[in-house]
Amino acid sequence: MENKKSWKEIPIGGKIIEAGNAAKYNTGSWRTFRPEKNDKKCINCLFCWIYCPDSSIKVEDDKMAGFDYEHCKGCGICASICPVKCIDMKKEIQ
Amino acid sequence: MTKKNLIPFTGDQAVAYAMKQIDPDVVAAYPITPQTEIVMNFSNYVANGQVSTEMIPVESEHSAMSACVGAAAAGARTMTATSANGLALMWEIVYIAASTRLPIVMPVVNRALSGPINIHCDHSDTMGCRDSGWIHIYCENAQEVYENTILAIRIAEHKKILLPVMVCQDGFITSHAVEGLELFDDKKVKDFIGEYKIENPLLDVDHPVTYGPLDLQDYYFEHKRQQGEAMKAALTAIPEVLKKFEKTFGRKYDFIETYKLDDAEIAIVAMSSTAGTVKFVVDELRQKGVKAGLLRPRIFRPFPKEKLITALKNVKAVAVLDRSESFSAEGGPLYTDIKAALYDSGIRPLISNYIYGLGGRDIFPADINKVYVDLQDILKTGKVKTPLNYLGSRE
Ligand code: SF4
Ligand code: SF4
Repeated sequence: MENKKSWKEIPIGGKIIEAGNAAKYNTGSWRTFRPEKNDKKCINCLFCWIYCPDSSIKVEDDKMAGFDYEHCKGCGICASICPVKCIDMKKEIQ
Repeated sequence: MTKKNLIPFTGDQAVAYAMKQIDPDVVAAYPITPQTEIVMNFSNYVANGQVSTEMIPVESEHSAMSACVGAAAAGARTMTATSANGLALMWEIVYIAASTRLPIVMPVVNRALSGPINIHCDHSDTMGCRDSGWIHIYCENAQEVYENTILAIRIAEHKKILLPVMVCQDGFITSHAVEGLELFDDKKVKDFIGEYKIENPLLDVDHPVTYGPLDLQDYYFEHKRQQGEAMKAALTAIPEVLKKFEKTFGRKYDFIETYKLDDAEIAIVAMSSTAGTVKFVVDELRQKGVKAGLLRPRIFRPFPKEKLITALKNVKAVAVLDRSESFSAEGGPLYTDIKAALYDSGIRPLISNYIYGLGGRDIFPADINKVYVDLQDILKTGKVKTPLNYLGSRE
């Protein structure tokens, strides 16, 4: 709780007055299982990118380029939807 | 004596007329006895083009308060009105209005909550939501209802407060009885309430803002703390509004009203229309040399603790009248609050509680007189034999 603001410093009524600041909210800390990709098998179909509920699949030059682990909450949907089963869910080591 | 220009109005008409002069941007309301005439009369003003209000005739009170929350967040000055089961149906959103800090003003015509079903006056509806974070104002008569409705706009929108306000009047007793009212000049009302401006309205598309997001363990507590602090701030901010009201309209109000209390040995604490009956009985007793007085809290939330303590400091025996039962087995809500306030102060009059008038049971001068007789007995014996009494209920 160290960096959290006091009641005097936050907008009243639970309003969020800064658009898009959800990006600063680190949902990656919720994760129990971590998606990892086997690059050799990946066919870059981008199904994982379409299905990820947290926009945590990175894409570069139309290719699947890994995961945004700050926001990936480890739901495993990408691993489940991948047609070539190249994503493994590995237990996070505490 | 200058002749006053009095207009015959019921309490409900008084509210509707105040709303006409306020001309809110949005009114979303559903009719319910005994508030119906507020919605009815105000709808007439809308239909006649006498106000510019966007009137939303909703299908339930839950929707009424929901629409009010949306409108107020969008940046509109917003009002509604309700009673009893209507208030109960909007309950969920009543809390959301307060915690989202939306300055909605809601006249409430007090009526007993079901069941058994009953349409007449008691305070169980608004007392039930005394912890909802709304400011509560209780009015003695239609004149006060009219004035407090106007006053409530400035209280709700005060920068240090930003909380919704309920303006309560007694169902049928005040809402349907005709009184001669002194009305204010339209322009004066407009000047007093001023422009409605809130920070971060939803309709300011250049500065997008989110209302009502999920708020978990990390910040919910801080937002509740802010609400608590706003209610405390209201204790110092409301007098500013009252001063401005007095300057504009020449009417002086306070959190409480006292009647022949300065030298009183025995006193009744009562809210709303019953206070009028108590004043009548006090006058009779005073003629017989009994030192009786009245204390009437006008603003119940925030609870004006200091004012109440000061008012009661010389009184030896006090009876608190509650027009609702809180089923704590310890007495009504006003009684327990007043006792709690006195505890810290060290001022300890002999104190007792009378639950009365539930479901519209009439309260007559003879009932009030009985309370003063009890108080005289308590004064003589120095003992409160029955702290919790049911005044007017058959034994
Ligand atoms: S595990 Fe869930 S959140 Fe993480 S990348 Fe895969 S689909 Fe997205
Ligand atoms: S779904 Fe599988 S194959 Fe398709 S892009 Fe994602 S990881 Fe690669």
